[in-house]
Parts: sequence; structure tokens; C-alpha cells
Amino acid sequence: MQPDPTPEAMLSVRGLKKVYQTDGGDIEAVRNLTFDLRAGELVCLVGPSGSGKTTLLKCISGLMAPTEGEVLLDGKRVSGPPKKMAVVFQEYGRSLFPWMRVRDNVELPLKNQGVPKAERDKLVDEALEAVGLAHVPRSYPWQLSGGMQQRVAIARAIAYQPEVLLMDEPFAAVDAQTRADLEDLIRTIWKKFGVTVLFVTHDIDESVYLGERVIILSSSPTVVQEDIVIDLPVDRDQLETRSLPRFTELRHHVYEQIQLAKKGHRPAAAGSPADSTAGSAAG
Amino acid sequence: MKALKTLGYVLALPVLLILLWWVSTLGAVNFFVPTPASLVGKFGQVWFGPRFLSDVLPSVGRLLVGVVAAIVIGVVGGVLIGSVRWLRALLEPVLEFFRAIPPPVLVPVLILLMGITDTMKIAVIISGCVWPVLLNTIEGVRAVDGVLSDSAHTYGIDGWARVRYLVLPSASPQILAGVRQSLSLGLILMVISEMFASSSGLGFTIVQFQRSFAIPEMWSGIVVLGLLGVSMSFIFQWAERNILRWYNGQKEVENAA
Ligand SMILES: Nc1ncnc2c1ncn2[C@@H]1O[C@H](COP(=O)(O)OP(=O)(O)O)[C@@H](O)[C@H]1O
Ligand SMILES: [Mg+2]
Repeated sequence: MQPDPTPEAMLSVRGLKKVYQTDGGDIEAVRNLTFDLRAGELVCLVGPSGSGKTTLLKCISGLMAPTEGEVLLDGKRVSGPPKKMAVVFQEYGRSLFPWMRVRDNVELPLKNQGVPKAERDKLVDEALEAVGLAHVPRSYPWQLSGGMQQRVAIARAIAYQPEVLLMDEPFAAVDAQTRADLEDLIRTIWKKFGVTVLFVTHDIDESVYLGERVIILSSSPTVVQEDIVIDLPVDRDQLETRSLPRFTELRHHVYEQIQLAKKGHRPAAAGSPADSTAGSAAG
Repeated sequence: MKALKTLGYVLALPVLLILLWWVSTLGAVNFFVPTPASLVGKFGQVWFGPRFLSDVLPSVGRLLVGVVAAIVIGVVGGVLIGSVRWLRALLEPVLEFFRAIPPPVLVPVLILLMGITDTMKIAVIISGCVWPVLLNTIEGVRAVDGVLSDSAHTYGIDGWARVRYLVLPSASPQILAGVRQSLSLGLILMVISEMFASSSGLGFTIVQFQRSFAIPEMWSGIVVLGLLGVSMSFIFQWAERNILRWYNGQKEVENAA
């Protein structure tokens, strides 16, 4: 029923649908999503608030079972949090352990996996260095600014050496300057560690600046509106890249697609009853 | 200088009260209210003798064993009940019932079951002290933040590691609030468990003095209980300050923002 995943796909989302069952009735958060990420890709997923981005990420990371469809990681179906995956959440203030110092936070997942002390130390040092926090290992997370807390969360993720890194609007709650720095940090880390990144955002500019590819989600009922390649140079710069005519074009295009989606225009392939066996959706 | 000031604040009121007591008992001779001097005299005489070994230490020992056991049972049970939904649904109505029973009424029942033994006295203490810890732990376990829980889960922190690194620290403020209540309850129950049909212990001794009209001795026993309560409270506060350093720091930052 769904097209087969491309053979080299690292992460593959197949006909994913999620309906929340609540006391007030069923809520369809995601109708039908199908896309692939090749190993080492940096893909942005952009969609308006309430379009089911967080829901999708929870299904991909195995925190929640989809109502229909499946997620494949390296060809294997995801049924619980996979070892090869790390997630960075938007709420940095609630994703770090406030009773542990920065270093212990980064180290804990490795310790829990039984990574030997020497190797652990090396990985933690490297990760803290990479996010520019080598100087605060003994602080508690709540002693740091929001941007720094999110850096700690990123350090924890990369120290874990995941093959896939999922990020759910990680910079939505930090100020503009910090945000620009953190965006560049993500590109640097992506290049340095060769990890596959799925970066979720509601910010169109951010998605175009960061991604090698942008997947545009429609508003609810959520399907993939468009999947475009971002043909900007690999080395990006906040000022230069953003002033390129091509950047403006791409940004314009993404914006247009989202507006179209809001008006109810759907791509021909997805969401039509013919290509899906999905029963009638509630909500 | 700062330490002196703190000490001043701590001691000011007690000193004033003792002074007041001393002045008001200067001339009068009331059989039921001893003067400070006679109380201090009796205090040394009564408690720093064989009684320390035969009455004070066993009482304190039972108190400690009872309170520690109550904390362990309360925390272990609380983590279980707080984490397992069906267990909670099953037990919650029953817990409310048992909690509503005033522990002193259990004393005669426990005497019937266990006789007048140390075990009985410890059981009385446990039966009262376990509830605040248990119920607070359940609440703390249920209040673990969803995002934090998801984070732990995605990093494979499950099972015992989840309890140790996530659930217990996260619930520690509530757990300690429960322990604080248990400590004062424990002292009360220690005394009560010794007042019924007992032949030794602090509670027994105080009642004994009262019945034989040894009034200064009786008062000195009450002072021992007060001092015991105060020292437990100090030790607890010290432990709490250390365990909840992160929590208080975080709250301070939040309030400043
Ligand atoms: N636990 C839940 N129970 C019920 N409805 C939910 C739940 N989580 C999200 N939703 C609903 O699903 C829709 C998508 O939410 P979400 O995935 O958070 O979107 P986004 O992250 O894109 O803002 C929203 O309408 C939201 O109200
Ligand atoms: Mg979201």
C-alpha cells in the first residue's frame, strides 16, 4: 500500500497516522505521513503549530505507538526508544535533571549503558567542548541561561553517539541572537559527527537556513505538503546565506506552500482516499 | 559576627522564657510548678544515671527503628503504588481508610497480637509514621515531569535506573515533607506506646513520676522529650538542606526571575 522505503533510508516513516483518544472524542493529530531520511542527511520539518510535529516525533522516537503505519530505523520497525536515537526537546528547562550537575547530566545515559569510565569521560569532554560548554561542568542546569541549557541537552545527545538526532523546535524559546548561534552549532555538529538529523520547527526561515531538505507539513489534517531540496551552499553564514537571492526564493516558496495548505489545498498524492486504506478519520 | 547574630536569634526567646519562669517562681511555692534551679538539679539526678540506659536509650532506639522502618516502607510502597496504575486504583480507597484510623487505638489491638514487647511498640510507631511518607511519596512519584520522563525514556533510562536517577530525586521534596511529619508523629507514638501496660521507657517513667507526685521529676522528663524532638528536628533540617540543595537553588532562581 505504501511505496517501499528507498533502500539506503536510515529513517523511514510509512503511512503514519496518529489519533488521540480523549474523553472529549478522538483527535486526529497526524493523518498520513510518508517520507525517508538517508543516512547523514539534515532535514527540516516545518509546519504550523498544532500540525502534529511533536506527535510525529514522539512516534518516531518510540515514545508513542502510531495508530496506523510504522517507523523504520535502519530497516527495523521502531516499537520503543531505539538505542541509536537521541531527542532534544523544546522545553530545555524540563529535559535536564535539575538535581545533577551539567557534566553528570551529559554522562548519565552513557553510565546507564555501561560505557567504561575512561571512554565516558572522553565522550563527555568532547561533547561539552563541541557545544562550547567545557567551562561549566560543575554548574547545575538551572544556574545557566536558556540557550546554555539547550546546549547541555545537545551535548547530552551527541555524547550518546546516536545515528539519528531528532530535535523538536529546540530553539523556539530562546532569544534571537542565541538562536542564530545555536543554528550554526547544529550545522557544525552535523558536519563534525556525520549524524542524521531531523529538525522540527515552525519557523520557515530557520528551516531553509538549516536544512539540506525541507519537508513541509500541511495544517491539520496533517499530510506532507511538499518535500523540497535546499540547494544552498554547504557552508552557511547567518548574514551571507540569508541575503542570497536563492535563500529568498526558497523561503518564499515554503511560505507559499504553507499558505496553500492552510487554504485546504492538498498535494495530489497524499490524503486522497484512493491511496490509503485508512478508515474515515474523526476529529 | 554573623554566626553570633544567628545564635542570638536562636537563644533570645528561650532565655527570656526561662527568665520569666525564674522570676515568677521566686517567691511563690507551687507544688506543681518547680523552680528552674530544682528542675535542673532533678534533671541531672534523674536522667544521667542508670535510667539513661534502662529508659532513655531503649525508647530512643525504638523510635529510630520505627521511624526508619516507616520511611523505608513508605518510600518503597509509595514508589510502587505511584508507578503502577492498577495497584493505585486498587489500593487508594483502602489507604484512605487505614490512614483515617488514629494510631493510638491500635495499641490495645497490637498488644493482643504481639504482647507487651519491643516489637509491639515499634509496630505502633510504624503504623502511624508510615502514612505521611507513603502518601507524599505516591504524590511525588505521580508528579514526575512528563518531558523529563520522556527524556529519560529515550536514553534508555528504565526500570531501576529510572527509579534511582529520575523518580526518587524528583519526588524527594515531597518525600522529605512526609518524613518531617513522621518524625513528630513518631515521638508522640513512642510515648503513647509506653504509657499502656509498660514497665520501662520515657513515656512509662513520666507517667510513673506523675502518679507518685514526683512533680519536678515529671517535668524533667517532659524536658527530655522536648530536647529529643528539637534534636531530631535539627538533624532533619540539616539533612534536608543537603538533599534538597538543588531544589531550593532552583526555586530561588525561579523566584528571582
Ligand atoms: N496527549 C494528547 N492528547 C490529546 N490531544 C493531543 C495530545 N497531544 C497533542 N494533541 C493534539 O494533537 C494536535 C497536534 O499536536 P502537536 O503534535 O503538539 O502539534 P505541534 O507540535 O505541531 O504543535 C493538536 O491539536 C493537539 O491539541
Ligand atoms: Mg510541538
